[in-house]
Amino acid sequence: MINLLGVTKVYPGGTTAVGDLTLAMPTGQTTVLVGPSGCGKTTTLRMINRMIEPTGGRIEIDGVNTADLEPGELRRGIGYVIQGGGLFPHRTVLDNIMTVPLLLGWDRRRAKSVATELMERVGLTASLARRYPNELSGGQQQRVGVARALAADPPVMLMDEPFSAVDPVVREQLQDEFLRLQAELGKTIVFVTHDIDEAIKLGDQVAVLRVGGALAQLAAPAELLADPADDFVADFLGHDRGYRGLGFAAAPALPISAEPVVALGASAEDARRVAAGASWLLVVDDASAPVGWVRPSALSGRVEPSDLHRGGTLARLGGTLRAALDAALSAPSRRGVLVDDDGRLVGTVRAADVLAEIEREPGVRP
Amino acid sequence: MSLIWAWLADPANWTGSDGILVRTVEHLGYAGLTLLLSALIGIPLGLWIGHTGRGRLVVVNLVNGMRSVPTLGLLFVAVLVLGPRLGGDLAFLAPAIIVLVILAIPPILAGAYAGVDSVDPAARDAARGMGMRPFDVLIRVEVPCALPLIFSGLRSAALQVIATATLAASVSLGGLGRFLIDGQAYRDYGQMAGGALLVAVLAVLVDLVFAAVQRAAVSPGLVPTTSRRSIRKRLVPDPA
Amino acid sequence: MTWFLGHLPQLGSLLLTHAVLAVIPLLVGLAVALPLGWLAQRYRWLRAPLVAGTGLLYTIPSLALFVLMPLVLGTGILDPINVVIALSVYTVALLVRTVADGLAAVPDEVVQAATAMGVGPARRFFTVELPLAVPVIAAGLRVAAVSNVSVVSVAALLGIAQLGSLFTDGFARDFVDPILVGIVACMVLALTLDVVILSLSRVLTPWTRRGRTA
Repeated sequence: MINLLGVTKVYPGGTTAVGDLTLAMPTGQTTVLVGPSGCGKTTTLRMINRMIEPTGGRIEIDGVNTADLEPGELRRGIGYVIQGGGLFPHRTVLDNIMTVPLLLGWDRRRAKSVATELMERVGLTASLARRYPNELSGGQQQRVGVARALAADPPVMLMDEPFSAVDPVVREQLQDEFLRLQAELGKTIVFVTHDIDEAIKLGDQVAVLRVGGALAQLAAPAELLADPADDFVADFLGHDRGYRGLGFAAAPALPISAEPVVALGASAEDARRVAAGASWLLVVDDASAPVGWVRPSALSGRVEPSDLHRGGTLARLGGTLRAALDAALSAPSRRGVLVDDDGRLVGTVRAADVLAEIEREPGVRP
Repeated sequence: MSLIWAWLADPANWTGSDGILVRTVEHLGYAGLTLLLSALIGIPLGLWIGHTGRGRLVVVNLVNGMRSVPTLGLLFVAVLVLGPRLGGDLAFLAPAIIVLVILAIPPILAGAYAGVDSVDPAARDAARGMGMRPFDVLIRVEVPCALPLIFSGLRSAALQVIATATLAASVSLGGLGRFLIDGQAYRDYGQMAGGALLVAVLAVLVDLVFAAVQRAAVSPGLVPTTSRRSIRKRLVPDPA
Repeated sequence: MTWFLGHLPQLGSLLLTHAVLAVIPLLVGLAVALPLGWLAQRYRWLRAPLVAGTGLLYTIPSLALFVLMPLVLGTGILDPINVVIALSVYTVALLVRTVADGLAAVPDEVVQAATAMGVGPARRFFTVELPLAVPVIAAGLRVAAVSNVSVVSVAALLGIAQLGSLFTDGFARDFVDPILVGIVACMVLALTLDVVILSLSRVLTPWTRRGRTA
């Protein structure tokens, strides 16, 4: 548990970066600090490992006042990830990851085996170990940054806009892996971002800060979307709050219909017979995973991959209402495709049924 | 041309207390001593300025200002003013070395300063954030990353020193410059041009040695990837 | 001071010679370095050999280069042409890299925009690329100018008259005053050239002075 107690940072010029901030960050959870530029989110993060010294208040980690620890010692016990990775350009990937363990006096062999294991964990192939940072892509560099911060297995991680420097596609991959990794590791994470979508996706709790470092709202993402504390928070959350909120609502009890299917390579006659007059027919592969929709009336020869309409998204059974609704809305047949955890077809669901569930589902509005 | 070959080919010109070998050793001695002294002063000072960010303006002005001071004039003034106060063997040597050091410090200082100044702030921030103390940050991150520019400062200083050490012969010192000055005095163009050729070769060789040391000392990670074809070929396309 | 006042005419003529010996190589060097720098930038494979080759010439100490010049040029050892050519070589060595860097720093969009408007390569070089590279080239030229002034004085050791002669004369007569005057005159000349080049560069690039500072 990290406790900020009335933490204040006033710069010599008189600017208040953070004003009397009190915030509890529970152990094993991700707390995201989010807000517009100038809201003091990075300053707050950097006060936790004393890269910036607070001018007032107290910061405790598991009950220990950080001001009582030697800064170097404090920092070696806290993982620190920054935008772009901040990798050491003169050291190989492996040497970068081994930095903190070696600072802590581990022997090289142990440090190396931990570093090698971590590379795999963050999705880096072992062949990259001897590369230098300037030979890596932005996403790879960021992964090395995360691995380096994890190397000494610190209970607390501070992450300052770690995924802001990469393109949107890679950012989404990194975010997904962050969630997977955090599910395995259960670190106490403080994560700074200016991107509210990232905050909502990654946070167990989200602290929205306003300019001057005052807490506007602290809430779980679903609650934040459903019940913004004031206009500032509502504005900052932006559009589509209701729809985005569905992303946190589980969809357990949707009425699922069986869906007639054909396999890739089936003849046009078979397809038309199975479709029984319906204008769209679902196509599956050998593993009965849905691959797309076809119009039986438009088929001439066999069902080929080039005939497929691939616009429909897939929703996982037991996933969220948002995914189920989107699957229905995006399918040309308006029947949303549900799959199980292995990607096999379960059935389809209609938008009207999802909406009925939304109106019944109390979880959306706490 | 034939005059040079005649002079270079004569074994008598190579040996003895005023032979080519001794003069080369003298020349390298002046240059080595000067570089050592100026590096001992310039590198720590440059690192300190780069690390703390204090005194940047001094560095820039010092480097630009010193470039406009004519080295020959400075050398003569130093010998005339300091020489009589020292006396003996030191009368010429000490002022010359002092001038050489004064000339060599600015490029070395500027290289060390610019090297530390050019270190990616994110790398420095990360180093601090993972618990390195200021001295560790300097030694483990800033200095290794600054090496390319530290070397480029040392190399310009070395060339400067070798060139100016040649002039030292005009204030009665040894070194390869002797052949140029003595050849001039005896109207012996063969000796002059032979000496000049030796100085040129020495300068090129010293620069090559520095280049080789730099290559060995600087981490390959700091060499721009574009100049490393072999590595570029190894880069596999990877979405992340 | 008295020495300075008593030798004003002599000083004037030495200063003039010195200035000529320092400035002509700048012009020659720039004229040679522009096409070479353009080649190094246009044909990337030429860059390494051109920069390394001219860099090699730059490592040769000035006195040695002055002495070796007659071998190449067939001139007499006292001929000021040796100094002019040797300094031109240094200037080229310094500027080839600068010109290539300056041209490389011209934003690609700008060059492509010019090309898209139908501006031919030669016209584009003189109306777009070269003007935009002026600040970088001028910075290199300033370094070359200042160091040329210092290096010219070395030629006094070979008996070529200019401000450096004040050093050799003063030293021979164990008399510091002319040396100090010579040093100051050299520095003033260097500073003047520096200011002139800087001003020219500013006049040629009015866009760098208005609006946002780059």
